[in-house]
Amino acid sequence: MPRTITIDPITRLEGHGKVAIFLDDEGRVRDSYFQIPELRGFERFVVGRPIEELPRIVTRICGVCPASHHMASAKAVDGCFGGEIAPLAHKLRDMYYHAHFMHSHIAHFYALAAPDFVCGPDSDPATRNILGVVAKVGLEIGGAVIKARAMAQRIQTILGGRSTHLVWCLPGGVSKGLSAPELEEIRPLVRELREFAAFSLQLFRDVVLGNPAYVDLILNGPYNLRVQQMGLVDEHDAVTFYQGHVRVVDCEGAEICRYAPEDYARHVAEHVESWSYLKFPYLKQRGWQGFVEGVDSSIYCATPLSRLNVAERMATPGAQEAYEEMFSVLGAKPCLALMAQHWARLVEMVQNAEMLQRHCDDPEITSPEFRVIPQRITGEGVGIVEAMRGTLTHHYTCDEQGICTSANLIVGTTNNNAAIQMTVKKAAEAFIQPGQEPTQGILNRLEMGFRAFDPCYSCATHTLPGQMPLEVTVWQGGSVLREFRRNVD
Amino acid sequence: MAFEPKIVGFLCNWCSYTGADLAGTSRVKYPPNVRAIRVMCSARVDPTFVVKAFREGADGVLICGCHPGDCHYSEGNYKTMRRVPLLKRLLADYGIEPERVRLEWVSASEGQRFAEVVGEITEAVRRLGPCRIKHNLETDLAER
Amino acid sequence: MAERKLQIAIYWGAGCGGCDVAILDTNEFILDVAALADIRLWPIATDGKYADIEALADGELDLTLFNGAVRNSENEHVARLLRAKSQLMVAFGSCAHLGGIPGLANLSSKREIFERAYLDNPSIEAGSTAQPQPRSQVAAGELEIPVFYQRVYRLADIVEVDYTVPGCPPAPDQIKAVLLAVAQGALPPRGAVVGASERCVCDDCPRVKKEKKVRAFHRPWQILQDQELCLLEQGILCAGSATRSGCGVRCPNSGMPCRGCYGPAPNVSDQGAKLVSALASIIDSRDPEEIERILDGVPDIMGYAYRFGLPGSTLQRSHAHA
Repeated sequence: MPRTITIDPITRLEGHGKVAIFLDDEGRVRDSYFQIPELRGFERFVVGRPIEELPRIVTRICGVCPASHHMASAKAVDGCFGGEIAPLAHKLRDMYYHAHFMHSHIAHFYALAAPDFVCGPDSDPATRNILGVVAKVGLEIGGAVIKARAMAQRIQTILGGRSTHLVWCLPGGVSKGLSAPELEEIRPLVRELREFAAFSLQLFRDVVLGNPAYVDLILNGPYNLRVQQMGLVDEHDAVTFYQGHVRVVDCEGAEICRYAPEDYARHVAEHVESWSYLKFPYLKQRGWQGFVEGVDSSIYCATPLSRLNVAERMATPGAQEAYEEMFSVLGAKPCLALMAQHWARLVEMVQNAEMLQRHCDDPEITSPEFRVIPQRITGEGVGIVEAMRGTLTHHYTCDEQGICTSANLIVGTTNNNAAIQMTVKKAAEAFIQPGQEPTQGILNRLEMGFRAFDPCYSCATHTLPGQMPLEVTVWQGGSVLREFRRNVD
Repeated sequence: MAFEPKIVGFLCNWCSYTGADLAGTSRVKYPPNVRAIRVMCSARVDPTFVVKAFREGADGVLICGCHPGDCHYSEGNYKTMRRVPLLKRLLADYGIEPERVRLEWVSASEGQRFAEVVGEITEAVRRLGPCRIKHNLETDLAER
Repeated sequence: MAERKLQIAIYWGAGCGGCDVAILDTNEFILDVAALADIRLWPIATDGKYADIEALADGELDLTLFNGAVRNSENEHVARLLRAKSQLMVAFGSCAHLGGIPGLANLSSKREIFERAYLDNPSIEAGSTAQPQPRSQVAAGELEIPVFYQRVYRLADIVEVDYTVPGCPPAPDQIKAVLLAVAQGALPPRGAVVGASERCVCDDCPRVKKEKKVRAFHRPWQILQDQELCLLEQGILCAGSATRSGCGVRCPNSGMPCRGCYGPAPNVSDQGAKLVSALASIIDSRDPEEIERILDGVPDIMGYAYRFGLPGSTLQRSHAHA
């Protein structure tokens, strides 16, 4: 009998979503759809707001990664003010951001992902969650996890005044600096987080790599996608999160393109399907080809694993060691085994912790020069950071009063919309057997497909890039040098 | 049937309400569209009253106080002088046209002037048509 | 003790997950919650599905903490479902309380939002006319997604709300206090705002307040603030005077002004109207033209007055479109 199986809502991720699987007469998977039902309208309703308010409005795109939006937004706003900013502010923002990354990666790995590995994919849904993990690993470890994330949040609060929904960045810098006593409060927390990052990697080795079934799932399971890879790299082609340029590499390792933030629109476009509120970014120059894999596909993903794939190295020594260990097990780069994203997150955490240490040891970090008053409003800026879930782009324009006239956002998880759609379908085809009613464990294996991406659908569905009609004529010496029209009939 | 604007008028006790009374006792003809509410001072007019008036179905709001310098409480009308312009900017963002809200200084002896002001705001609001707010908010959920 | 554990649900409408993270930010306390309660639905962290809730008897849940606004038919459906199955329904966080940041969408129409998103924008695939539809026919069958409503609603516009916990997000120590009160049966009478104080932010703000006479308003980036002095007195717009306290004054303590996320101060029915009144009152001028010039230093009064509370305001949305 042909019928539909629905998973509603999907769980242990951020945001809303559902999966619809169509079975044919024989009970084989005919097709599968990963649908996002939410939409809020940020790109529309930030228009008309003073541009300096946007960093504290767009944090509400996501409560798990608000600092990602805050930083990308702040950088776009920096651009609107001609890039005039106290240099120390970049260091302080970078420091904050590493703590933020750790909070989110800890939350994802232990609360959202670990239940599938620690409790098991088929275990009772009522306990297949962080509380079940704590019950299994014991209160000592469970308590350590909770404490570690609390420390990461605490560092953010000390440094930037708030963790969730910080209000810290403004044109010219940040609103508060780091005092010497505050730094001394942070130091022991950083030391503990460095240990915790190492501990997490060891836990992964013991629980996941030490279990042949899980290793098999990672290396040989259906969660494998031949699509292109995107991530931010610094000037040494090392993994970076706050500042860099975007690199895109194909599924066989060849570079497709590399771009500075201002050029994002030349490389990424978006496709719409009527069955989801979330759009599907793709590589613009290749055109939309549908949900296809392969070295010529225009589908890409932007994930922790993609970041490690497109970079040549990590930026800190301990992380570099972990990176080399990971690829020695996984094989050649790029690694397309999506479950390895859980591992990549832990490698990144080592870099986050080491970078926090570096900032603590920087004698300038407690300087009071964390803000300047910008002198010009130049009207446009693009800020790109790596959100924990992928490359995040904020592009703003504002008028001469500094009032926002347009906003265009391409968000971490949105990049992965097509990849997730394809992964869930592959998992459905692999795990749903004709003639057998799929158990909750089988359906959970489909959800594990998207969980590896650490999706954030509140982020992805900020919604809708929008650009005001624009007509620009550039004159030189009485004659028209260039004309530019956008959305003007 | 022609549209008859419903206009809520906040009139300060000492000057403008007395001026309105004078218009009445002097038998000056003016449209009946203003529903008068006496307040002790125009500064008593909390912006909350004005938004509430629109919520309850007013098509316009008139606020009258003493001329600057003549406030019975010295400073009250200066506060009104600052509040109403800011309120009108807020109301404009709600889609309420500026002509629907008017601040006027009317003294106790200006009965004729009061009548003119009422005539003007009534015609201005009549031209704009009914304010749809109450209807909108009562039908939003059914049409969501 | 063989006492029945509390049965609770934690759910999100049109929100961001920040309220859920705030609950996790109670840290070890979450383990106490697990000892006291079975969490039957919490999509961010547990695997409860809608079918599990539909299978419950009415009133079988002791408590639902509902965060996020009502933006679409799924948000409404689940709000009504949880209301039926719960003894107590709590509007948790700014979005459920007042509409929150997503409430700013009430300044636009659905049509405008969709046009900007899916049609009238250069990132979109050239020639595309597709838009999300509640029902779609694909080769294998029919797909459904929720209907995006014309505007944003608060939770209380849709179902009866027993308590409100304000904030964006609510402060974790406040969340802890509320959950303890639930566990101990120590909640105040229904209808109350809990997890917050009966004062306004200014009362708890440590900044020094002298006399407020402002001749110019400044955007936060235009001046280097005195970090000891009241921000409003320096001409920086701050919503603290119209906003309920309980947040720990976390924004002014970060060096940035309050934007009102805890909602109207006690006994205030319209937060933005009160803020207009307060801002105007401190302007130091008696000249109408000068007043207008000073007010020009307040760009976007709507965005200041109702940053978090537009759907919860008296007029709820823009009426410029139908």
